Amino acid sequence: MAAASTETAIRSSRFARVLIYLVLLLFALFYLLPLGIMVVNSLKPLSEITGGNMVALPRDWTIAPWLSAWSTAQIGVEPTGLRPYFINSIVMAVPAVMLSTIVGALNGYVLTKWHFRGATIIFGLLLFSCFIPFQIVLIPMARILGILDIAGTTSGLILVHFVYGIGFTTLYFRNYYAAFPTELVRAAQIDGAGFFQIFWRIMLPSSGPIIAVSFIWQFTNIWNDFLFGASFASGGSAPMTVALNNLVNSSTGVREYNVHFAGAIMAAAPTLLVYIVAGRYFVRGLMAGSVKG
Amino acid sequence: MATTTDTGVDFRTRLQTWLPKLVLSPSLAIMLVFVYGFIAFTVYLSFTDSRMLPSYEWVGWQNYDRLFRIREWNIALTNLAVFATLYIAICTVIGLMLAILLDQKIRGEGMLRPIFLYPMALSFIVTGTAWKWMLDPAIGLENTMHLWGWESFAFGWIKDREMAIYTIVIAAVWQSSGFVMAMFLAGLRGIDNEILKAAQMDGASNFQLYRRIILPQLRPAFLSAFVILSHLAIKSYDLVIALTGGGPGNATALPATFMYSYTFTRNQMGIGAASAVIMLMTIAAIMVPYLYAELREKK
Repeated sequence: MAAASTETAIRSSRFARVLIYLVLLLFALFYLLPLGIMVVNSLKPLSEITGGNMVALPRDWTIAPWLSAWSTAQIGVEPTGLRPYFINSIVMAVPAVMLSTIVGALNGYVLTKWHFRGATIIFGLLLFSCFIPFQIVLIPMARILGILDIAGTTSGLILVHFVYGIGFTTLYFRNYYAAFPTELVRAAQIDGAGFFQIFWRIMLPSSGPIIAVSFIWQFTNIWNDFLFGASFASGGSAPMTVALNNLVNSSTGVREYNVHFAGAIMAAAPTLLVYIVAGRYFVRGLMAGSVKG
Repeated sequence: MATTTDTGVDFRTRLQTWLPKLVLSPSLAIMLVFVYGFIAFTVYLSFTDSRMLPSYEWVGWQNYDRLFRIREWNIALTNLAVFATLYIAICTVIGLMLAILLDQKIRGEGMLRPIFLYPMALSFIVTGTAWKWMLDPAIGLENTMHLWGWESFAFGWIKDREMAIYTIVIAAVWQSSGFVMAMFLAGLRGIDNEILKAAQMDGASNFQLYRRIILPQLRPAFLSAFVILSHLAIKSYDLVIALTGGGPGNATALPATFMYSYTFTRNQMGIGAASAVIMLMTIAAIMVPYLYAELREKK
């Protein structure tokens, strides 16, 4: 895409432009409001929430809800706060992201640069696996995790996320490497470079952007997963999303909304941070998962 | 292929020809077991009388027969139809509108685009927590309007059996419409301006330009949006759990919540498996033709 042609040729009147800005700003407000209101209310004492206006700023600013959500709030039966679950999610996400990215990169390399019969079928099988409703694998997965003796553990979740991440990471790297000049690979082959040498010396050094896409997209998906966490992790090994849901939807005692909001923002923080720092790659990942090429 | 006599010389070359397949094979094996093997296992279970644990007693179509007589399943299917239709339609309209507006050489586009898109980075549990409370009449929007003096304002959909499913639509649209905007914007940026300029010279109005030239060219983006959104709708689980827990009663049950509760809390694994198979079939009916067409194009 040439820079000059990205701007539309459509012309609009002055009045129309005012209207356009107005609509856009209204929508910006619509998207920002829920998060903004959560932040504001997480800094209020509970009495100001139950008795007051949700968009008003706090009269008594307090960080007590944040401290409580992090280290003392009741999650399930234990008053541990969300901290151990936050750590669980990190311990779960980091290896699963790394493993699925490495495997995806190798798969993409093989599928694009080493043609053999059946490659398209194999890719099709991998691709379809990205879109299955995970309900279809829950029952056998529970059995397998039980047999491997990692049911209800973080290792079990790492395995699950790794396995169901391969499809997406392969898709990313395949589409990216498809545009990579095959002549370079052939030339290196003639010079005597082997399979891994080519991957290591030629493919990987130019894979920065797609590695970023894969990292970010896998991290977001795995961090935000709820279904697998709720199905395969019990008690203390639950990931952040499950713990947050337990905190918010526990039926005992007073509903401490301010603590819930602080917890929700904690659960959102890592993926939001990634989005703010590297939003460009996030958008690319979304696109690669939908309109390809 | 290679003869068996050239042992030493070309071990390396032969290894090199096998390596790519060797590297790919673990992934292939994992896929065949964890995806296709598991699907086969679940399909098999759906024809057995499994309850709390898998059982291998064949009962034919009995689970499917019973499934479609369960009231909650029929509620879940109706809800899915309502939810998916509105979710896809509203997301497409909002997404297309925002994309067209953002494409008018807007100052601050770089600020607005990430704001529209950020909810996509959040967990549905976070989205559910935020909206659950905003929609709660006692402390959320309704209460705030009352405090501002609009005494007659009432918005209690989340507690209303008839209306609760629409609150799920609201929260889901909030989360995904920015994503649809990004897809349409990418499509708009790919349109050749020379055609537009030529049509403008022929005196075409902006409305005509969009109707006759631009929208027809966005066909692939429409198709992708439809496929991705319908697939997200069918898989929707987290948002319902966080926002309404499937309630009030089971007014907001969806196939995904039905499957989970029948399999793991009500110990009706056979029925749960049957419902999962129906979900897979629905998604496959949409995804397989789409993926097939995409792969054909690539070749």
